[in-house]
This record gives sequence, structure tokens and C-alpha cells, in this order.
Amino acid sequence: MTVRNTAAATIDRRAFVRDLLTKCPDALVVTGLGSPTYDVFAAGDRDKNFYLWGAMGGAALVGLGLALAQPDKFVVVVTGDGEQLMGIGGIATINAQKPKNLTIVVLDNGHFGETGMQYSHTSHGTSLAAVARACGIENAYEVHDASEVAKVVDGVHKRNGVNFAQIFIKADDLPRALPSRDGVYVKNRFREALGFAPL
Amino acid sequence: MSEEQPHSPWQEDIFNVLKQGNIRQVAYVPDAGHAHVIRRVHAEPSMRGIVLTTEEEGVAVASGAWLGGERAALLMQSSGVGNCINMMSLLQSCRFPFLSLVTMRGEYAEFNPWQVPMSKATQGSMELMGITVLRAERADEVEDIVSAALDAAFEGGEQVAVLLSQSLIGRKKWIRN
Repeated sequence: MTVRNTAAATIDRRAFVRDLLTKCPDALVVTGLGSPTYDVFAAGDRDKNFYLWGAMGGAALVGLGLALAQPDKFVVVVTGDGEQLMGIGGIATINAQKPKNLTIVVLDNGHFGETGMQYSHTSHGTSLAAVARACGIENAYEVHDASEVAKVVDGVHKRNGVNFAQIFIKADDLPRALPSRDGVYVKNRFREALGFAPL
Repeated sequence: MSEEQPHSPWQEDIFNVLKQGNIRQVAYVPDAGHAHVIRRVHAEPSMRGIVLTTEEEGVAVASGAWLGGERAALLMQSSGVGNCINMMSLLQSCRFPFLSLVTMRGEYAEFNPWQVPMSKATQGSMELMGITVLRAERADEVEDIVSAALDAAFEGGEQVAVLLSQSLIGRKKWIRN
């Protein structure tokens, strides 16, 4: 079985996500379940973070509904390769809507980190950035060095269509950083930050 | 719409209920029974039609819409309900308001037996996921029931689906003349 050499990756996921979100202080952030949720929480809890602990495959699509509802805000989805692979068709759905304010950041370590580090399809030759381009998203690219965070930050704020950044991260098994698992609380807190009252 | 397509009055009723109920995002996997509403939504500037590759995407889109302060609805046929099951965890875990309209196949003069198993499981599987299921059998009750479901979802915070009976849509013509 030939697999991608994930040991060649140099990007530290926690540092990259912290750097990205520090440079996008006003972004509305949706996280995919597992490590991306922990990475975003570890970068600092914010009312404008919506953490998913389930609904695998749904993160980018939650981001789509949010981006369409809040066209004047910047929406950033931070998810993993396994989560995005489960919602791979959603990339075509997002492209059909072409929101100008949506950035999808896939932290790709080539593995299913939460379940024992089994190889994911991106270790077996699937390129999610190429999938996104083939779905019609022109601003879809790979990031191999932490210094390229500026390109992602620029994409978040540029309003030039959907941005899709595939970040080649080290396959580290980091300590978990656990945000609230109470979805109702996280939802109401997020909506309140946008000025919406609970029911 | 450049050309008026044939449709039943209850289909226009559904569009009017959605529009007057401030539904802004209408996610769908197409079905002939929803075709009129889909056409109307795409022609309506205040609404956005969102074509999906699989129905579960619509559950996530509707949740994101509510996070951002908008109301959404998911249109699908009964076969699509099965695709949504795990994603419906999102609705329960976060108590998102949710409205879905489901055109039934596999229950009335069905020609295609492959539609029947999911048809039989449609109501039960949604109820197992905590969704309130209403049903419209007659054209003259569609408007009231969809309107009641919309209010239960967005005023009462419930997760509600309305099954639109296959008898409303009628026999599918399988042989082209």
C-alpha cells in the first residue's frame, strides 16, 4: 500500500490555527468535529465560535448557511480531512452558491486522528484542493509552510469567492482542549454575539 | 418565470407559506412534487434556492442559516430522509428550529418497488430522531398544515417535517407517448 509521506509535513496545527484566528479577529468560525474543534478552542474561546462535536460531514455546510445569512461577515470553517471527505459532495453544493465570504480551512494530516490514526483517503492520493478546484472553486490551494498563513488570511478578507485551503499539518497526537459540549449553549451564545435573542 | 409551468394550487400555497413565513434559504434535492416551489424560489429575489448533492447537507445548511439569523427549509422526497439520519443529531444537540417538506414515494400507485422500503421507514425514522411528523393527504389541507409546521419550527423551536402524500402528486407516468 503506497501512502503519502505525512512525516514530511512541517506545520504545527495548533500554532497555525492560533496564528490564523488571531489575524481574523472578527471572523465567524465553525469547527469540524475532533481535533479541529480542539485546535480552535485552544486558540482562545470566542462567542463567535461554533464548535461541532458530531454531525460529521456538515461543518462546511453549516458554514454555507451561515455565510449566506451573514453576507457582510467573514465566515471561516476549520475542519479536518476526514470530516471534509465525509461531506465531499458539499463542496459542489458550496460552489453552486458561490458565497464571497466563506473560507474553508482543511487541516489535513492524512489520518483519522480521533479513532486511532488510520490513514484517510488523502494519504491514498486524494487531493481535496484538487477536488475543490474540480468542483469549480478557483481559489483552492495547498499550504505546505506556516508562513503561508498570510495567503489564507488574505483570502478570508478578500471577498473574492469561496476560499478553500488545504493545510498539510504534522500528524501529531496533541493533548485535547475541550470546549463546551452543550450545543444549545454554544448556539445561543453565538447568536447572541450576532444580536439575535433566543426563542 | 418566463413560462408558466403546469402545477397544482397546493404547490403555489406551499411557496406562499414559505415566503410569507420569511424562509430565506430553501435547500433541496429535487422531486417532481417540489418542482413548482423550486422554480418559484429561484425566481424570488428574497429567497435562495440551494441545490444539494445529498439531503443531509440541507440539515447542516438549515442549522447554519439559523445561526446567522435566517430561516431555512429542506425539501426532499421520502427516499432522502434516510440520508439525513445522523446529521439530524445536530438538530437535537443544539435544538435548532427545523422545517422539512417531504414528498412521499412508494405509498400510492407506486410503479417502482425500490421506493417502497424507505417510504415505509420515512415517518418512523424521523420520529426516532426526535422530529415531529405531520402529514397532508388532501390538497385543501396542505396550506394549513405547512403553515402550522412553520410556526411550530420557528416560533416554537421544534423540528418538524410535513409528509406530502403521494396521492396529492398523483400517478407517475412511466410510459412516454
